[in-house]
Amino acid sequence: MAQIRKGGKKEVPGVNTSSLPDIVFMLLFFFMATTTMKEVTYKVDVKVPEATELQKLEKKSLTRYIYVGTPMKEYQKMYGKESRVQLDDAFAEVDEIEMFIENERNAMKESDQGLLTVSIKADKETKMGIITDIKQALRRAQALKINYAATKRMSY
Amino acid sequence: MANKRKLPEINASQMADISFLLLIFWLCSTTMSTDQGLSRRLPPPLPPNMEKPDVEVNERNIFIVLINSQNQLLVQGELMDVRQLREEAKAFILNVENDIHKPELFEVTADVLDKNGNVERTLKTITTKNHVISLQNDRGTMYEKYIEVQNELVAAYNEVRDEYSRKEFGGLAFNELTQEQQEAVQTLFPQKISEAEPKNYGGKK
Repeated sequence: MAQIRKGGKKEVPGVNTSSLPDIVFMLLFFFMATTTMKEVTYKVDVKVPEATELQKLEKKSLTRYIYVGTPMKEYQKMYGKESRVQLDDAFAEVDEIEMFIENERNAMKESDQGLLTVSIKADKETKMGIITDIKQALRRAQALKINYAATKRMSY
Repeated sequence: MANKRKLPEINASQMADISFLLLIFWLCSTTMSTDQGLSRRLPPPLPPNMEKPDVEVNERNIFIVLINSQNQLLVQGELMDVRQLREEAKAFILNVENDIHKPELFEVTADVLDKNGNVERTLKTITTKNHVISLQNDRGTMYEKYIEVQNELVAAYNEVRDEYSRKEFGGLAFNELTQEQQEAVQTLFPQKISEAEPKNYGGKK
């Protein structure tokens, strides 16, 4: 069926985009439901090791994090390339962990204080020396429930 | 008056922009990852003025795992690949053949309580209740290796528990049992992974 174009310009009708917001909102709600807020901005490079026997951390409010890894590129000038500890949003020394745990525990409800879990998020390239020091510090601070953050290993 | 006047449509084209903006904000500020990891319990600290307590453990009851600074594994005096560790640890925990080089066997019991705290059922089995798995690492060991070894040891215990619960509870895996049943199985097969007080073998910190 041949169509004969006439000289007069025809306007192309605009694409109806009225359902676009709906789609995007749906996406937004999906992300809101499935993700969680970042706890901190990482100043150290952390790639957690892989494991199979994982347990989920139950309550975020009862968990405190210790990050261990080499400083990110922009901090390497100041802090060097050795593995360092990050507490909250700042670099810290291993000796400061005890105080940190103490403070965090005091800020918690009394009934929850015994349930404090410390999650160690350490880079897999870290040497055990620093991890051992952290563990000793946690023992001194009586924070005995710990969790080594890891991701699920699919295969060898 | 009777004819309907058409209402002017609300211009909703900005809506898409706004919602995209929100979406992108959310994408940037959140993470997908759920927190999971290997849960462990540290031993309580030693009082500062106390000597290390000399716990008498019969030699056959200790399973020694050493990791050196080259990330090599020495298990019971033999160089071993980490993939064999799970089987080896399981054989040690269970000691099915009553080997004299593996821990002594004892009969142990555990009660399964029901909701009211009454004994519903008593589990009985023969296991090595005095065994200890001792894990030692060097300061130079890589964290990844350490987690791998820890993982294999935990896996060995989980498999032991799993096999037992499948046998006793009609094919149910350990994590399909009720809370009370799990606790009872745990008392039968407690995790005994002991980490030595840190030593510095390799000189340089």
